[in-house]
Amino acid sequence: MAGAVAYKDRQFLAVIGDEDSVTGLLLAGIGHVTDPPEAQRNFLVVDAKTENSTIEKAFQTFTQERNDIAVLLINQHIAERIRYIVDSYSEAFPAVLEIPSKDHPYDPEKDSVLKRVRRLFGE
Amino acid sequence: MSGAVGREAVFPTRQSLGLMKGKLKGAEIGHSLLKRKSEALTKRFRDITRRIDEAKRKMGRVMQIAAFSLAEVSYAVGGDIGYQVQESAKQARFRVRAKQENVSGVFLPHFESYTEDSINDFGLTGLGKGGQQVQRCRETYARAVETLVELASLQTAFVILDEVIKVVNRRVNAIEHVIIPRTENTIKYINSELDELDREEFYRLKKVSNKKQRDVAAADLEIQASREREAQKQLTGAADKETPDAPDVLGEQEDTDVIF
Repeated sequence: MAGAVAYKDRQFLAVIGDEDSVTGLLLAGIGHVTDPPEAQRNFLVVDAKTENSTIEKAFQTFTQERNDIAVLLINQHIAERIRYIVDSYSEAFPAVLEIPSKDHPYDPEKDSVLKRVRRLFGE
Repeated sequence: MSGAVGREAVFPTRQSLGLMKGKLKGAEIGHSLLKRKSEALTKRFRDITRRIDEAKRKMGRVMQIAAFSLAEVSYAVGGDIGYQVQESAKQARFRVRAKQENVSGVFLPHFESYTEDSINDFGLTGLGKGGQQVQRCRETYARAVETLVELASLQTAFVILDEVIKVVNRRVNAIEHVIIPRTENTIKYINSELDELDREEFYRLKKVSNKKQRDVAAADLEIQASREREAQKQLTGAADKETPDAPDVLGEQEDTDVIF
């Protein structure tokens, strides 16, 4: 089946998050840097100074260009900054997962998937 | 209604009637099968949705605990370890493996996390102080990531199921509201046309038999008339025989010469 090929070699997780979230997740051991040349990290640290275009670019890279990523974790407050892209993203692979960060508690109302869940059940 | 659905462009013959009946039967079977598939998927879908809701809440808690343990690390180490951690990440220790699960013909992926124990990029992190906290933090985060991976596979299954259910429901509705009525219409049309043909045929046969009857009657009359004439003739012939002045062919009169 074609689907099997699509996610057979997806084995990494990617993160777009603030420094604390990224540090924590890297400590858990999800960090991966591809072999040079063209070394690519599978994580992006976003702070107040990071441009939205950088986040967008990273999001596109992780979701479309790289085919070894199974799950993309993104802090909810960062997803909020590129909400239009996150909401229009509807592929199954990689799965985009909005996670809470230390400074921003999790708000289920904003989650793009939960929003769909709510809409489906008419709540 | 029937006008809106229309019918298929077929010739009203018995063969296409048979075909249409087969098609209707097939459509009905397909409809019930697809309906059942859709129900099975929807059941699964609801289950997954509920689990997503739970998992999202759980994730909130777990991430909070993990963030707290990271705060402990910063406190113990006495500085920011973020930069060091980012630079020393080389190979992923925590990876996922995708498996697939078959739910009524739909392949749902399921991520399974595993750790490559041979890889350890952070051997030196927290070497000076706070090693214990770093260790605990790593464990906490690893557990958190496991939850996240579980949630991710639920979410992927959700997205795929959503799509598949939409497609299946569309098919069910198409069969129910388009294909079945249209086929029924076609069957009705063919039946009415065939009935019409039958009536025409019957009428024609009736006409033919009427004509035959008329012909036979006429012929009978003719025969009867000719018989009557015959009888008449015979009657008059019999009377003639008695007459003496019938020429005597064997008699003594001279035959006239026959000249060729």
